[in-house]
Amino acid sequence: MSISKKIVDDLVANDVSFITTVPCKQLAGVIEEVEERDEIFHIPANKEDEGMGLCAGAWMGGKRPAIIMQNTAIGVTINTLATLTQFYRMPLPMLISYRGELREPVACQVEMAVHTKALLNQLNIPTYHFHKESDADELDAILKYTFMCNKPVAILTDASFWGGYGDQ
Amino acid sequence: MIRSEILREIAPILRDQLVVCNIGLPSQELHMIDDQPTNFYMLGTMGLSSSIGLGLALSQDKTVISIDGDGSVLTNLGTLPTIANNVADNYILLIIDNGSYGSTGDQPTYAGMKTSLTAVAKACGCENVVECQDVDTGKVLQAALDSKKMTIIVSKCDSGNIKLPVITKDPVVIRDRFMTAVVS
Repeated sequence: MSISKKIVDDLVANDVSFITTVPCKQLAGVIEEVEERDEIFHIPANKEDEGMGLCAGAWMGGKRPAIIMQNTAIGVTINTLATLTQFYRMPLPMLISYRGELREPVACQVEMAVHTKALLNQLNIPTYHFHKESDADELDAILKYTFMCNKPVAILTDASFWGGYGDQ
Repeated sequence: MIRSEILREIAPILRDQLVVCNIGLPSQELHMIDDQPTNFYMLGTMGLSSSIGLGLALSQDKTVISIDGDGSVLTNLGTLPTIANNVADNYILLIIDNGSYGSTGDQPTYAGMKTSLTAVAKACGCENVVECQDVDTGKVLQAALDSKKMTIIVSKCDSGNIKLPVITKDPVVIRDRFMTAVVS
């Protein structure tokens, strides 16, 4: 089974049915899988804070939401995470491509990578880092944890997890 | 008319609907005029009223009215293409367009200058976009509700604020009360 399919299977098994996405090359397979599933309403967002607003509304409407985005989005969404998701105590699994880690070909991505964990730590956001494919075995438990505690939770997925960028 | 006068006039229409209300003075005014469990007051996060309302409308069947301002829509302009391409006929976006950032001291917005949010919404692909004058807001809002079609209303009004207290309700209480109203 492909890792993208396994990830989306876990989301569906945890009743996540409203997913907003801002694309990343590394996440293309997961986003494609999300789009294909009948159980999921997929709504692409133009910016990640907008997506978090959509997720907040969906959750208050009775659906379990998730956002799929790049780690650069942490820089975009700090205010939304603090004043909406955390202040109103809402759950939000964030599946994040951790650009700028080992095997990264684009230097500028490293500039946000070095801040990513520090920012998440500063925000007291529970953070999990998927480096090897077997790390995704924890996704089911992470999703259950997110909806148990009503908090945003970050799942960072690096290039090694996705099998690198191919030939460069 | 200024925003608070519009809210006072449309309060009887809003009372029976789910309302997501914009940060700052709009929420404070609605809270003072007619506090209802069906009102979700934003205490922060400028710009996301339309997004929260759309997410809510797409996730359950009751009608949702997002009350937004011209400044807040400009902050989150990407919301209009998302709305246009994800039609929810139980969703109304009411933009109270006074051409200014009211909560911060009435600084002018570009919507009060060359930029028409009505034209922007249409260009983004929104199909039912109605621009009206402040005095007609109630009539236009009721017509939008009756049409059962997703509608964007741009209500042009005067800039100006009234003095009133901040909302001291706990956000989790606001949210929990609202979620109970959503399912009741």
